[in-house]
Amino acid sequence: MKTSDTQDWLYIISAKRNLINLNFKEIWRYRDLLFLFVKRDIITQYKQTILGPLWYFIQPLFTSVIFTLIFNNLASIPTGVGVPSFLFNLAGITSWNYFSACLTGTSDTFKANQNIFGKVYFPRVITPLSVVFSKLLKFGIQLLVFISFYIYFVFFTDKAANAVPQTALLLLPFLIIFMGLFGLGFGMILSSMTTKYRDLTFLVSFGVQLLMYGSAVMYPLSYFKSQLPEYSWLVEYNPMTTIIELFRYMTLGVGEFSIASFLYAAIISIVVFLVGLIIFNKTEKSFIDTV
Amino acid sequence: MNNKDIILKATNISKQYRLGLVGTGTISHDLNRWWSKIRGKEDPYLKVGESNDRSTKGSSDYVWALQDINFEVKRGEVLGIIGKNGAGKSTLLKILSKVTGPTTGNIKTKGRIASLLEVGTGFHGEMTGRENIYLNGAILGMTKKEIASKIDEIIDFSGCERYIDTPVKRYSSGMTVRLAFAVAAFLEPEILVIDEVLAVGDAEFQKKAIGKMQDISRGEGRTVLFVSHNMAAVKSLCTSALVLKNGKTEFEGDVEEAVNFYLEGSENNSNISVFHDRKGNGKLLIKEVKVNGKNEDVKPQTGLPFKMTFILDNNVQAKLIDVQMDLRLDDNLGQRIAWLSTSLVDCDSDDEVVNKLVFKIDKLNLNKGKYYVTTYITVKNEISDWIQNAFSFEVEEGDYYGNGVLVSTNQSKALFNFKVSNEL
Repeated sequence: MKTSDTQDWLYIISAKRNLINLNFKEIWRYRDLLFLFVKRDIITQYKQTILGPLWYFIQPLFTSVIFTLIFNNLASIPTGVGVPSFLFNLAGITSWNYFSACLTGTSDTFKANQNIFGKVYFPRVITPLSVVFSKLLKFGIQLLVFISFYIYFVFFTDKAANAVPQTALLLLPFLIIFMGLFGLGFGMILSSMTTKYRDLTFLVSFGVQLLMYGSAVMYPLSYFKSQLPEYSWLVEYNPMTTIIELFRYMTLGVGEFSIASFLYAAIISIVVFLVGLIIFNKTEKSFIDTV
Repeated sequence: MNNKDIILKATNISKQYRLGLVGTGTISHDLNRWWSKIRGKEDPYLKVGESNDRSTKGSSDYVWALQDINFEVKRGEVLGIIGKNGAGKSTLLKILSKVTGPTTGNIKTKGRIASLLEVGTGFHGEMTGRENIYLNGAILGMTKKEIASKIDEIIDFSGCERYIDTPVKRYSSGMTVRLAFAVAAFLEPEILVIDEVLAVGDAEFQKKAIGKMQDISRGEGRTVLFVSHNMAAVKSLCTSALVLKNGKTEFEGDVEEAVNFYLEGSENNSNISVFHDRKGNGKLLIKEVKVNGKNEDVKPQTGLPFKMTFILDNNVQAKLIDVQMDLRLDDNLGQRIAWLSTSLVDCDSDDEVVNKLVFKIDKLNLNKGKYYVTTYITVKNEISDWIQNAFSFEVEEGDYYGNGVLVSTNQSKALFNFKVSNEL
């Protein structure tokens, strides 16, 4: 019987947990599942709708029009000289949408998938990851919309004299990754907590909306600073503000760019992502008993 | 014992659950747990759990759904896990398939475990059958390549070829299940965990499914853990079995012995009036049962007279004409053998108040073995007393045909009077 302890087991199911128990090899083995989940999300989302993927265009366009009417035409928030307000808003909304879609899409991971999680094992982190990837496609389409309007404004009107992409645009892919990571990390934290405390589901739905107002989506950070200096730290240290400001700087050349703010966005999103991963991992094993 | 053959080993598996509503109240418990953890003490709630007996009310909010389960499975073995509802079977399977973690203990395994706790997990109604095969296969742990190489076999096995490019929401429920089982049947993990999947589909498909499972375990030498209430299926598929009761191991070993042990455990022959698990309004209750041969001190024997006497508690002075009493006879594998009912025959003295009912068979045609009786009584078409597996009786081997030839029970559960001739 002595030999039994020296045998090499493939894996051990036990009550103890390490802080990070991520088996990257296992996740890699399930990459096909990730791909199929993304495919499922995409092909089933607009089944039995008439406009189908056109909804991807409609939502940001209409929101931008409304924002332009209300915040720029009615409330006269300046968006910078030589930059059309519509384009300014579209940039903000496009980037905000990706973050918020990642956040809300992942924040109910456990609750929405409790049926399947209760039956079969696979690395749970696949599910929120698939959300981030399928939203990436939506983001890509919205980015195309943004680019076409950009081209229209630059080449067919004279309103966009100063809207010039900066060399920092090369960093855009990283910025998108940060957005995804931040939304994913935040979403994973929330999804882990909602398994036990459902109150958070209510918080998420309106919290995301409130957060948008605090993330400089429809106004430049500089304008907020000049108007409400005593609250400006609230907006300034919001990592989403930094990301959106950077996005607008890269694409339209409005706002400021500093390596410091780029690093700030990078560090915060990576930290949030890692914290989310740890909490998610901790919850994953026992959530089925508390959900 | 050759340790090399052991593919799965469970040591001291326990699982604790909290009863009642799990809600905001848990935050205080969480804080309490956290506080004792900080001070380096044991989790206070781990101590208070009681054993999981469904019918008695416990004083603690925490119960042990599983307590100190130990077992080993060898490569190629088919282990049946049996037990009544709430015995902890599904919890054990959930832990095995990593859906939930154990509270204490660990399971070591040398192979990949795939579970089939419920077929069709993750099916999406909007996607076609083919797309769902890929998705479901991937959820169960197959790669796209593996699925692609088997897709024709899967479709063929499911028998849904014609609908394979139609969204699954248009399928009948039977077709969905067939498709789902087909995917699962072509999984190739070292250890397969199966829970009651055979209860689905029509008879033809069930046969196919059992056949496939036998192939998996025998032909391909796969290790299978199988949970079921169907003793016949357990007996035909498994090589050994584990009997659980209230979260504890009651028996472990050979499948025949385990099934017998389980069935013995579920009978209650001694005193039927204290039987808990009965349904009905209780107007007319069974107080006592006697099963015997010609007279009270003769045991029932094949081919001889047989008598079942029921002493009744008639609380409403019901008359025999208003009463119907059914007896459902099952064999030791839980297969229904016979149905005897007062509605099938004329009874004497219809107008009298019943205090006693006697069922008589002049020449008992049940073969040697143990039989389980479910009793069912209605008064004026309302259920009065219904007891599942109320009692059992044993029939001794007898010479039914009167020629000294004893027919084996394996050949014939019931014996028939018949004639053979070469004339019309």
